[in-house]
Amino acid sequence: MNKPMKPDPTFHASPILAMRAPVENFAFTIMLGKDTSHHDGLAVIDLRKDSKTYGEIVHQVIAPTIGDEFHHFGWNACSSSLSPLSGHAFLERRYLIVPGIRSSRIYIFDVKDPLKAKIHKVIEPEEVFEKTGYSRPHTIHCGPEGIYVSTLGGSGEDGTDSPPGIFIMDCETFDIIGIYELDRGEQDKHYDFWWNLPQNYMVSSEWGLPPQFENGVVPEDLVGGKYGHKIHFWDLRARKNIQTIDLGENYQMALEIRPAHDPTKSYGFCGAVADNTNLQGAVFTWWRDEDGKWQAKKTIAIDPRPEDPEDLPEIIKGFGAVPVLITDIDLSLDDKYLYVACWGIGEMHQYDVSDPFNPVLAGKVELGGIAKETKHPNGKDFVYGPQMVEVSRDGKRVYWTNSLYSTWDDQFYPHQEGGQMVMANVGENGGLTIDPDFYVNFPENMRAHQIRLEGGDCSTDSFCYPSV
Amino acid sequence: MAALWWAVILSGAYHGLNPGMGWPLAVSAALMERKAVAMPKALLLLTTGHLLAMIAILLPFSLMIWLIEREYEIRLIASFIVIGMGIYLLINSKHPRYLARIHPAKLGLWSFLSAIAHGAALMLVPIYLGICQIAEDNGSTENSGHLAAQNLMSNDLFTALGVSLVHTVSMGLAGAFLAILVYFWLGLKFISQAWFNLDKIWACSLILVGAFGLYFNGTH
Repeated sequence: MNKPMKPDPTFHASPILAMRAPVENFAFTIMLGKDTSHHDGLAVIDLRKDSKTYGEIVHQVIAPTIGDEFHHFGWNACSSSLSPLSGHAFLERRYLIVPGIRSSRIYIFDVKDPLKAKIHKVIEPEEVFEKTGYSRPHTIHCGPEGIYVSTLGGSGEDGTDSPPGIFIMDCETFDIIGIYELDRGEQDKHYDFWWNLPQNYMVSSEWGLPPQFENGVVPEDLVGGKYGHKIHFWDLRARKNIQTIDLGENYQMALEIRPAHDPTKSYGFCGAVADNTNLQGAVFTWWRDEDGKWQAKKTIAIDPRPEDPEDLPEIIKGFGAVPVLITDIDLSLDDKYLYVACWGIGEMHQYDVSDPFNPVLAGKVELGGIAKETKHPNGKDFVYGPQMVEVSRDGKRVYWTNSLYSTWDDQFYPHQEGGQMVMANVGENGGLTIDPDFYVNFPENMRAHQIRLEGGDCSTDSFCYPSV
Repeated sequence: MAALWWAVILSGAYHGLNPGMGWPLAVSAALMERKAVAMPKALLLLTTGHLLAMIAILLPFSLMIWLIEREYEIRLIASFIVIGMGIYLLINSKHPRYLARIHPAKLGLWSFLSAIAHGAALMLVPIYLGICQIAEDNGSTENSGHLAAQNLMSNDLFTALGVSLVHTVSMGLAGAFLAILVYFWLGLKFISQAWFNLDKIWACSLILVGAFGLYFNGTH
């Protein structure tokens, strides 16, 4: 492979340099077939304000297989390449690694020319199983040793014969190298992970094992506190779990891990989908204290909305209220605003987290939601609720879509079908306003999942130099 | 003789200016700790690692010339090793993964292994052997017999340390120059702007130095 003479222009030494870089021209959004008889794909959306096709899907790549369930995905290379320690300064940010969490198949898309994006390589499930003993690949981050892939399942038919974990892929050939963990401690479930490269720590979270999500949420497990509720702290390069924090058995499904982007900071956030005692949604702040021990405490709690059981889907009829369901959170590059997607009640919240221990609600919009179904300002439907959220590098635009996971969409929103991507503008001093002119309606039978912005965004890039 | 010492100094500057040999880490250290004093500390670790790598590679060669006394063959083999390393790096641009497993605070260890893995220390071998040869040529007219051999041995040893030290001082100064410039004036943007892909040039440098070794061997 011939490498460029200079680092990729989308690699930035510090978060502040990334914020000042040119704005995004395209978004890459996952198209999820509505069920296992439909193909998944990648949509390329035009974000150039002066373009005739602004806000439209200008290119699609459809996977030839079915039943993959594309979910989260990530880049082959990011700003972390600018550390001499990585030795990868001359990689191109060019490939999107897109795992299917249902099939365990991994697609590599070449998006060098967004309008001609194409499939570059396919890694078959058998290769993942054989080389790692893991299944259901999920989160992607590029890091010191290559591309790190978290998985939700271990070995065996239903992925429960052994614990899930992280495996590493070569960042040029995309060959699977092997598993990451040398000592996983008490980690037995998995979901998200992210890190601070200079400080050499990694944090990982827990959703649940495959039988707990593949055919829909299992109410008994949720009520019984059987979903994940711990976060794990790792010595990143020694590959060892150094500490596990139990958030509390009632905080079911600890999902997104969002460390502060500035590598001098030793804190971050984690969203917990549902408190099974009161249906609240919670966000925890985790941090390293003066003694070097990791701590976590709940810093955001959002109340459920009481609702006539008549209007509720079967799965939550008994509660007489709509659970908040915090399914995604995202932190702006200046570490100032945390966006919290409330998929159940149909709201997107913006918190000022300048003081990470005292988040202050700075903005909020309503869209979709169970038994509420708030329409978009343009009068059109927004099915389900605000879900995968992505923030532009400059922090001025917030994009989101609405599908959570095919079988869960069907449980919580049984009468709805479709996929939309919308955008909200951020005010000078915070505040959130839905842009009436940006509304991407996905093709029939396609739902919309995670968004990646061309040139990197707020949940892809790790920085090795502080913002000064 | 002077030309070869200049080669030692210039190769040091070349290594020092290359971001891949670590000066951005010194900038990062100062910014992470929010005090400029962390920069000389980091630079010292980086240069110490580099120095040890130089010594680790040159010392065995100085012992070999003394013990085996087949300098011509040793210089021939050394040249081929350096050329071979260059060709290997030309074909295989992969970065050794074990370097990515080193704790980011262990800059000395990283610098040491990095200088070995990328052939930075090997680049000095033909130059060093050339210096030893010229010293011997000059010396043989004045001395003779057993005493001369003893002198030569300690001379070669001192030359190995001298070459390592001069090279590393030059490397450290060049790296410090850029680190200070970026920290105080140019800003972090310089790192992505001024980092050029030296992989191929680096590999060719090794081949060139090895070829010089062969040529030198033929003429002495």
